[in-house]
Amino acid sequence: METTIKFTVNGKPRTVTTDPERSLLEVLREDLHLTGTKYGCGEGQCRACTVLVNGRSTASCRTSVGEVAQQEVVTIEGLASGDRLHPVQAAFLAEGAFQCGYCTAGMIMGVVGALRENPRVSEREILAQMQKHICRCGSYAKYRKAIHRAVETRKEDA
Amino acid sequence: MKTKLPTAGVPQPDCHELNDDEPVVSAGYDFGLSRRSLVKLLGAGLLITVSLPAVGQEGGRRGGGLGGAGAKSLAARIHLGTDGTITVLAGKVEGGQGARTELSQAAAEELGVPVGRIQMVLADTGLVPDDGITAGSGTTPRTVPAVRKAAAAVRNLMIEFACQQWKVERSAVEMRDGKVVHAAGNRSLTYTDLAKSSGATKLLEQPIPSEVELMPVSQWKVLGTPVLRTNARDIVTGDHQYPSDIVRPGMLYGKILRPPAYGAKLISIDPAPAKAMEGVVVVQDDQFVGVAAPTSFRAKAALTALATTAKWETASPASAVSSKELFDYLKQNAEGGAPRNPYSDELAGAKALRRTYQVPYIQHAPLEPRAAVAEWNDGKPTVWTGSQNPFGCRRELAQAFHLPEDQVRVVIPDFGSGYGGKHTGECAVEAARLAQAAGKPVSLCWTREEEFTWAYFRPAAVIEAEASLDAAGKIATWHFVNINSGPSAVDTPYSAGKKNCRSVASRPPLRHGSYRALAATANNFAREVFMDELAAVAGADPLAFRLAQLDNPRLRAVLEKAALEFKWNDRATKKDANLGIGLACGTEKGSFVAVCVEVEIDRAQNQVKVRRICEAFECGAILNPANLLSQVQGAITMGLGAALREEIQFADGKILNASFRKYRVPRFDDVPELDIHLVDRPDLASAGAGETPIIAIAPAIANAVFRATGKSVQALPIRLAEA
Repeated sequence: METTIKFTVNGKPRTVTTDPERSLLEVLREDLHLTGTKYGCGEGQCRACTVLVNGRSTASCRTSVGEVAQQEVVTIEGLASGDRLHPVQAAFLAEGAFQCGYCTAGMIMGVVGALRENPRVSEREILAQMQKHICRCGSYAKYRKAIHRAVETRKEDA
Repeated sequence: MKTKLPTAGVPQPDCHELNDDEPVVSAGYDFGLSRRSLVKLLGAGLLITVSLPAVGQEGGRRGGGLGGAGAKSLAARIHLGTDGTITVLAGKVEGGQGARTELSQAAAEELGVPVGRIQMVLADTGLVPDDGITAGSGTTPRTVPAVRKAAAAVRNLMIEFACQQWKVERSAVEMRDGKVVHAAGNRSLTYTDLAKSSGATKLLEQPIPSEVELMPVSQWKVLGTPVLRTNARDIVTGDHQYPSDIVRPGMLYGKILRPPAYGAKLISIDPAPAKAMEGVVVVQDDQFVGVAAPTSFRAKAALTALATTAKWETASPASAVSSKELFDYLKQNAEGGAPRNPYSDELAGAKALRRTYQVPYIQHAPLEPRAAVAEWNDGKPTVWTGSQNPFGCRRELAQAFHLPEDQVRVVIPDFGSGYGGKHTGECAVEAARLAQAAGKPVSLCWTREEEFTWAYFRPAAVIEAEASLDAAGKIATWHFVNINSGPSAVDTPYSAGKKNCRSVASRPPLRHGSYRALAATANNFAREVFMDELAAVAGADPLAFRLAQLDNPRLRAVLEKAALEFKWNDRATKKDANLGIGLACGTEKGSFVAVCVEVEIDRAQNQVKVRRICEAFECGAILNPANLLSQVQGAITMGLGAALREEIQFADGKILNASFRKYRVPRFDDVPELDIHLVDRPDLASAGAGETPIIAIAPAIANAVFRATGKSVQALPIRLAEA
């Protein structure tokens, strides 16, 4: 049964008329053509599909679009301001922290979510949360360095 | 008891031919009218061909094989734009292993320009030369030199062109900042100037000379440096389009009906309920059934509607083999029987050992499952897909649709990894069939469950090892046989009085193919674990036992390096009840690796925790140390998964753990402190590095467990209960 659903994506109001049971991941990718958010498993086990819903890191494959009505969604495409990368993006870029890069958007959103949810979160706590994310290329060592750099950057900003 | 034949619907490629450079047997789709006379169809969903004479004779190494034909002319490799662009064309793919960057570096080095000047076009069969499949660590030793030669030749052309223009001797000019400079005449000439000249097209049409002087390693400015991936920014912004991200006008989303078990045959199906759904296209072509719809959600609903009407005939032998009896089965079905030890007479009375090792099926599980977008124009398909074999994929499409290869275009955007698991084009063919029927572009992205079930596996293996020692405690006889997984690294690098190293095929119950270092993961595991047990029999330290019988200077060097950095000799004298150290080494595809690990035995949890890994790796002259470090870290991590957890479970023609919940791959916490030593040998040719760094991880961990528990490991994944 199709329904009209309004929500904001990356600060812009969006309206879709669709079945509310469809996953947020599918609507972002197929209806809004925001393909930076990836499908990896469809059951919240790999977190390649991580987005922020009201600032919280969320598996968009396990979230229906109906659930985000009137909510604020941020995807990887919404992090940079023009040419200026978000500090977490900049940290991942500086460390070259990826191989194929397919999990990278989800990783970055996971770290951004952890920092937004608790601006004083420790590096160790972030890493514990990132346990949900899979990088099959095994770039964890470089991801750790990127996360360390992102945490250090936050301290400089404070 | 004699085991029955394996499930129908599963191909059984000849293991003798199975090595890392060879694509796995294709899915063998055939949508032509005469398919039944040409192709033997086994099972449903995946239409598998086995050693078909009609297809097989033209298979082999034509397009998409090991090396490919390469570029015939300079223009086929390098395009100089009159607007200043320099475009380099290569048939390799980028799946995270760093080919895009290293090939860009190779061209930049020889052209004498910054790497940012190079626009690298990879794996578009409509544009690039056929450089063969991206596999077997082949890009570094084969394609990098091919690109360097062409680039060096273009640089020489520019210099000659400038000298002619200025009527000066070659010795009067020099290359500086990507230009030919004639200091005396205060003038310079660029690649753009050459491109704008009237003779440029003709000049670049000449063949690539067989002999060209390349930039010596001592003068490298771009190669040998830690260049970041050239499209790195697009990765962190989400702008890079992977195959699953491609969108075409009017595009539909597809789903394929899969059989409930391997070998199940579709008897009947009613497409009416699915067809009744708005915007849904249903395709049935014999055993192939798929749908395309305006959204994936509706495609899935249509597929569910179809599935409820489908009647299947399950192949009766499907239940004959499960992962529980896999190893007995493989051994019983070894082609010609498992070879006997020709030196068995010499075992009696000597210090000797016999062992059988088991290595399970595992799945590559690339984070981007197989994906393809296909569209047809004027009867010709174009397919964007993630495959390691662009020209092989084109051939699969051409065969399936009975088209000449030059009417098929395959484009491989940088994709979400493969690790040897994406040598085939079945998803591309499926998407193309749906798009053909729909008359619109179709995007088909396999689900995680499909990727776990219908992609091919790293082969399982049974390895039989027997050895005897002489009075001095050195290997007198060595018998080593791999059943089912192939010959990579089956030979031993250690000296032995007599040795017999072989691999034999079996009847694989699952569809298997390549993997990172393929059989070397099994053979190196078994050999290195066996070596530690032999060292124990000889009463020798594992390091000393190896070094006393190891001649290869490059392998010795990495083994000594890892042992030194790990302080092996100090640690080997200490004993802690819950800690163990282990080492292993090996060589494959021209590179050399040695690993020392420290493990902790958690007796309460019955678990092995790897606390530290020290790896020394040498692959000749290092082309990009940052990328090499990523490859080594990645191989170590993947090796940890295979060592400790990964194992495909199957029964009744079904995969029982086809999800990341049930099939655990390494995560952040699983990766311990990594102490990696990249040994640079600028005096030696560069070898590929995506594979070999994985082969010593599992045996080093197993050896540490042996040392800590006193019980040897004889199967992967390592389980304490069995140790």
